[in-house]
Amino acid sequence: MASITMDNLGKVYAGDVRAVTGVSIDIADGEMIVLVGPSGCGKSTLLRMVAGLETITEGTLRIGDRVVNRLEPAERDIAMVFQNYALYPHMTVYNNLAYGLKNRRMARAEIDRRVTEAAEMLQIGAFLDRKPRQLSGGQRQRVAMGRALVREPAAFLFDEPLSNLDAKLRVQMRVEIRQLQKRLATTSLYVTHDQLEALTLADRLVVLNGGRIEQIGTPMEVYARPATTFVAGFIGSPAMNMLPADWLRGVVAADALSHLPTGADLIGLRPEDMSLAPASDGGLTLEARLMLLEPAGAESHLHVKFDGMDEMFVVRLPHVPQVDEGSRLAFSLAREALHPFDAKTGLRL
Amino acid sequence: MQTKRMTFPSSWLPYALLAPQVIVTLIFFIWPASQALYQSFLRQDIFGLRTEFVWFDNFERLLADPLYLNSLKVTAVFSVGTTVLSMSLALLFAVMVNRMIRSRDGYTTFLVWPYAVAPAIAGVLWWFIFNPAIGIAPYVLQGLGYDWNHRSSSTDAMLLVIIAAAWKQISYNFLFFLAGLQSIPQSLLEAAAIDGASRTKRFWTIVFPLLSPVTFFLMVVNVVYAMFDTFGVIHATTEGGPAQATNILVYKVYRDGFVNLNLGSSAAQSVILMAIVVVLTVIQFRFIERRVNY
Repeated sequence: MASITMDNLGKVYAGDVRAVTGVSIDIADGEMIVLVGPSGCGKSTLLRMVAGLETITEGTLRIGDRVVNRLEPAERDIAMVFQNYALYPHMTVYNNLAYGLKNRRMARAEIDRRVTEAAEMLQIGAFLDRKPRQLSGGQRQRVAMGRALVREPAAFLFDEPLSNLDAKLRVQMRVEIRQLQKRLATTSLYVTHDQLEALTLADRLVVLNGGRIEQIGTPMEVYARPATTFVAGFIGSPAMNMLPADWLRGVVAADALSHLPTGADLIGLRPEDMSLAPASDGGLTLEARLMLLEPAGAESHLHVKFDGMDEMFVVRLPHVPQVDEGSRLAFSLAREALHPFDAKTGLRL
Repeated sequence: MQTKRMTFPSSWLPYALLAPQVIVTLIFFIWPASQALYQSFLRQDIFGLRTEFVWFDNFERLLADPLYLNSLKVTAVFSVGTTVLSMSLALLFAVMVNRMIRSRDGYTTFLVWPYAVAPAIAGVLWWFIFNPAIGIAPYVLQGLGYDWNHRSSSTDAMLLVIIAAAWKQISYNFLFFLAGLQSIPQSLLEAAAIDGASRTKRFWTIVFPLLSPVTFFLMVVNVVYAMFDTFGVIHATTEGGPAQATNILVYKVYRDGFVNLNLGSSAAQSVILMAIVVVLTVIQFRFIERRVNY
């Protein structure tokens, strides 16, 4: 077990293509950090740099107190779970788990003990004699986890391990990964593009965009106070509405926005921060026409056009209201629900 | 099992569509093959005046003939030698080319070229290179203290035909190995690297086992090639000599039949060859279908 320290890490490919720029993250011992961002944001590259599968072109990487920039993957004492599991198709599950231990010339009895223990923990004991192709997707996922577990490494690296599973299994495995990680208290770095996975798994999450860090924080911090318009749009589903401040000033009482800092010309508003009830004391009221109602079981998404705006915005209600499409509605929200941004820099004010 | 039935507007059309293939097979395989089979039961005097039906006598004589048994042995050495040499070199080249990024296509093109050369031309090429009088290879070998002469040394002759036959086949094997290597997911090798396997160990524990379907397929193809497709190579280099040292089965069929005019024995030999092809084909189809999925 160890901490991981990334100091100003950068990756430039041949031909001057920048993938990662100036990434500094301190991962404490036993912490689970999730790297999240859209496709091509450099999150997988960053993970592979930590694993040693990509060379590090800038900055220093420490695992524990060793600088590992130039070490081979095998010497870094990490284990990785791949997106496609990367199980050795010609080996039995047992040998898949034991391969890394055999390569390290571990005693047979110790290999046996560790494999049995990991198999029991992951409930794959019954499949040890099978080949990977005889397993279901979820079982393969467990074997891939087992291969990481038996090594008892300083850190786990996960590269979108759940993206090949169906929705139900994904939720189940997500819970198991989190429980396992908490029990073993192994430092973990987890890459995903799924913001729900990121929010639920992370001790702290790192939002990446264009190879740079947009924000680091606990899931609730990032959700409650997105540092940039990018984070605001990326974390939370449906995404945060972005209202022009000028328009907002025209439709609410003059002093209603007095608490916002000067220069805030873009106002973020989460779909779930609005409700159908009339505004109580100090709150704001926005009037809109309902264009489309999407019931989604426990909740509903209302696509609305606010008066004086051409774009559609989304309101999320924790129930399905009895209203007709095309009707006019009034939404109320608290003054604190507004997130002020600078439209030019994209930064929170 | 239900099969799809095709309905034709007239009853002769399906036969007409099948006809070209059937006619080709009849004329170029069934007819000569049955001729050979019939001929293998006959014995003629050398002027072709008298023909006698001798049942299996030709086969019995063959299997008791030390020259034929020698030819079997020579064929075995030659096929195994050619297969091992061409496959191991091809695998080496494929692994090396697979590591390249930008120059990969260029090297692949050059490595495939020899396959376009006809066996006889390849034979002549190597005949010149290894010619004891004017060849470059014996000259170099002499500098190293080895006196190369494939006209008197049976070992040299065997080496020469193996090299000449393998050279052409390397291209073919190379292409298959390269395709096989490229179909191995990169992440498997990365996982093995993280699992602490060195480059060599990764090759022997991950890459080589995953290539086994390709290797097996090529093994059968190469044995078939070496046994049946190398007439031109032998004919252009050693003509089966010296002292029958490179007289492989296919070449012996030709020598005994068309040079020595022992048609009955030659036909019997070709029937045995046919049986070997059948067995190899069965092995190929049986095992390949089973072993493609590991």
